[in-house]
Amino acid sequence: MMLESAGDWLTKIGQFGLSLVIVTAYGLFMMAIIYRTIAKVQGRIGIPLYQPFINVIQTFTKRNAISHGVMFYLGPVFRIAGGIGTLAFIPVIFGSDTFSNFSMAGDLFLVIYFMFFGQLGMALGAGESGHPYSAIGIARGLSQMTAYEVPFALAVISIVIQYDTLSITEIVAAQQGGWQNWTLFTNWVAVLAAMLAFLGMTGYSPFDVFLAPQEIPIGPPTEFHSSYLSFMQLNRAMFGATKLVLFMNLFFGGATSLPELMIKTWAIYMVAIIVGVSFPRFRIDQSIKFFFKIPLLIGILSVVYAQMVFMS
Amino acid sequence: MTDKIDIKLENSGLTEEEKKLFSDARPQTYEPYSEKVEKFANWARANSLWILGFGTGCCSIELRPLMSARFDASRFGIAGRPTPRQSSVFVIGGYVSVKTLKRIVRSYEQMMGPKFVIALGSCPANGGMYFDSYNTVNQLDLYLPVDMYVTGCMPRPEALLASIIDLQDDIKAGNCDSANEYVKNFDWYKANQKKVIKNWNMPDYNW
Repeated sequence: MMLESAGDWLTKIGQFGLSLVIVTAYGLFMMAIIYRTIAKVQGRIGIPLYQPFINVIQTFTKRNAISHGVMFYLGPVFRIAGGIGTLAFIPVIFGSDTFSNFSMAGDLFLVIYFMFFGQLGMALGAGESGHPYSAIGIARGLSQMTAYEVPFALAVISIVIQYDTLSITEIVAAQQGGWQNWTLFTNWVAVLAAMLAFLGMTGYSPFDVFLAPQEIPIGPPTEFHSSYLSFMQLNRAMFGATKLVLFMNLFFGGATSLPELMIKTWAIYMVAIIVGVSFPRFRIDQSIKFFFKIPLLIGILSVVYAQMVFMS
Repeated sequence: MTDKIDIKLENSGLTEEEKKLFSDARPQTYEPYSEKVEKFANWARANSLWILGFGTGCCSIELRPLMSARFDASRFGIAGRPTPRQSSVFVIGGYVSVKTLKRIVRSYEQMMGPKFVIALGSCPANGGMYFDSYNTVNQLDLYLPVDMYVTGCMPRPEALLASIIDLQDDIKAGNCDSANEYVKNFDWYKANQKKVIKNWNMPDYNW
């Protein structure tokens, strides 16, 4: 769709707002499904499906909040700006004008930048809170992020070589026409590297030491409360769902309808959950060493593979 | 209450250098939202009770089974929170020694309103088996507003779960406004606290 008049822009922004609401609601809903799945594994009933929504309302309707300074306010704002920015440039449903968002040539670069941006804003905000556990959590989180970004970036470079484009929409378009065209089957080395990075990205065990619910209570958000926290909960849901949509677009053929999107993203998320309930937690030095060994090697291999197979 | 907002706290337990580091503002009461919004908010608050994970006494051993498969408190929207900033329910787990009371006051004041206190076991109610001990306080509600007492030594997790469900009903009915009560009677509570806590080396209100 060409955006020429102000009316076009307004429509586009309205459509983006719609996909923002849908993705956030879906993210919250999926959190509940995941918690219920884990509860079933542990022989419990688990939370009601609408619990994440109630939690957001509960934190938002707290009567008072205190501040530790300007950056403390801006931390959650940066975080949610990073989340919205990431979603803004990802086409949620392929072939749909309504859910294509602001996808354009070169959006892949922007998306990877925005994914980093939210974390940095959060680090500044949590740093100002002055809580020692926040500082420990940030130090661990950022170092782990540096480690898993490398295999992820290499996997992205590999598929950029493969499809010869930086536009997510074109990457999805190239994967249409049956499951045998998915990146998963045409360039499985890159998908392997990216999925290992994905385990670090979702922050489930064995890579959850930066949150470390037992040792350093909950890491970076220790001091955040009331409406700050509700923004961060919303962002957690939205950003989580957005990352799944990105992975689905890049590696699993994208989605042409909402049910297809739900099934595929759920299946991708289950990879992290199955690994999470099966393995104990890494220490931060172990997790960084892990990412700089096998996933990094696979990432380099994927670039070489793409160079040999698709450029010749 | 409103006429006292301008009065600053003395923070007399702090040295001159420390005084610069802490806020000396008095706590203030917070008005509820309009009736319909408050009703909706109360419903959300009741169905999402986050318990402060601070085991203050021996009864807090009964908190752990609450999350296990047998009792599964998460069905009722109950979750443990490791930091007072995010919690809404403070479960006082058993006897309150003077040393712990200091930490309890500190944690309670750091919680964001509306906040609720459940006193678990006989000890916070009347001293229990420590009634004549030199270093425990016998009656918790002289120092903090308590919303719910669960007596027993120790009460079973079922009793705790039942009290939490009672608390939920209270919140839905709009009865639990104890955070404002604490602020309204702030001077009285503070005087009581300072009577037993001899080495008062923290600010008068822990923001």
